[in-house]
Amino acid sequence: MGRVVVEVMPKPEILDPQGKAVAGALPRLGFGQFTSVRQGKRFELEVEGDVTPEVLEAAAQAAATVLSNPVIEDVVRVADIEADAAATVTSTGTLA
Amino acid sequence: MRVGVVTFPGTLDDRDAARAVRLAGGEPVALWHADADLHDVDAVVLPGGFSYGDYLRAGAIARFAPVMAPVVDAAKGGLPVLGICNGFQILTEAHLLPGSMIKNETRTFVCREQELTVENVDTAWTRGFTPGQRITIPLKNQDGQFVADEHTLDELEGEGRVVFRYEGHDPNGSRRRIAGISNEAGNVVGLMPHPEHAVEAGYGPDSAQGPRRGTDGLTLFTSVLQTMVG
Repeated sequence: MGRVVVEVMPKPEILDPQGKAVAGALPRLGFGQFTSVRQGKRFELEVEGDVTPEVLEAAAQAAATVLSNPVIEDVVRVADIEADAAATVTSTGTLA
Repeated sequence: MRVGVVTFPGTLDDRDAARAVRLAGGEPVALWHADADLHDVDAVVLPGGFSYGDYLRAGAIARFAPVMAPVVDAAKGGLPVLGICNGFQILTEAHLLPGSMIKNETRTFVCREQELTVENVDTAWTRGFTPGQRITIPLKNQDGQFVADEHTLDELEGEGRVVFRYEGHDPNGSRRRIAGISNEAGNVVGLMPHPEHAVEAGYGPDSAQGPRRGTDGLTLFTSVLQTMVG
């Protein structure tokens, strides 16, 4: 089973009322160092079998047509998360 | 004159919209989200509410309901379509109207009697008003802040497609105080405030005639009947 992650963020020029609300709450909890918060969405799409380039392409299309609204949002990431995790392990191993 | 009123899962104001059609002199026809047939109606209302729980984005899932395919086709062919609140959000998601709605700038649910200016009386839904007429109808929403890029806003203004503008106070931070817009042809109109809640004396907003006697919203529904006859 493969898994594709799609991440969507409000466009930079669009005010993000949810992020603003979170930013307002953080200092009250002692997290004064965070000057701004923007809140986006993360989708995890599962497929049977491997995440092929075709699967990624289909996920990118779904991201552009359904999962995001291009008037107010940008798709910032469409990726095979298992492959990403493997890549992270490899790089950590290399560093060690 | 048959005016279809669509019910999606989570629609709240379909019954009020149907009653508004009836009070205006039309015959309301219930249309179901899962039925890809408009049953020969002469106009369609997409009422307010929280279709599909507003999951994903307001109106985003309703746009793909079976009934929307014939609504989009017919709208492109000139059928009068009115989107109220969530219905307006659905029309933007379906690309029948430009822009989008995000959460209110106030970060709160807003519920008030709202004064508007009617700026375009050449649409299928506003020809019974006079240019610049001030009307008061209820406004109630969480995601009511109309946004679009500057180019789109200039185009809407230039083509006279801003149909309703918030008068005085901008309740949700909408760009240029826009409360409602139309497509180029003027048959598709969307607005955030609720005309269907101001159609019957005794149940509307306060007005010069007395408490709860405002019926300014009724003119949208009589306008479309006039459009269909004319």
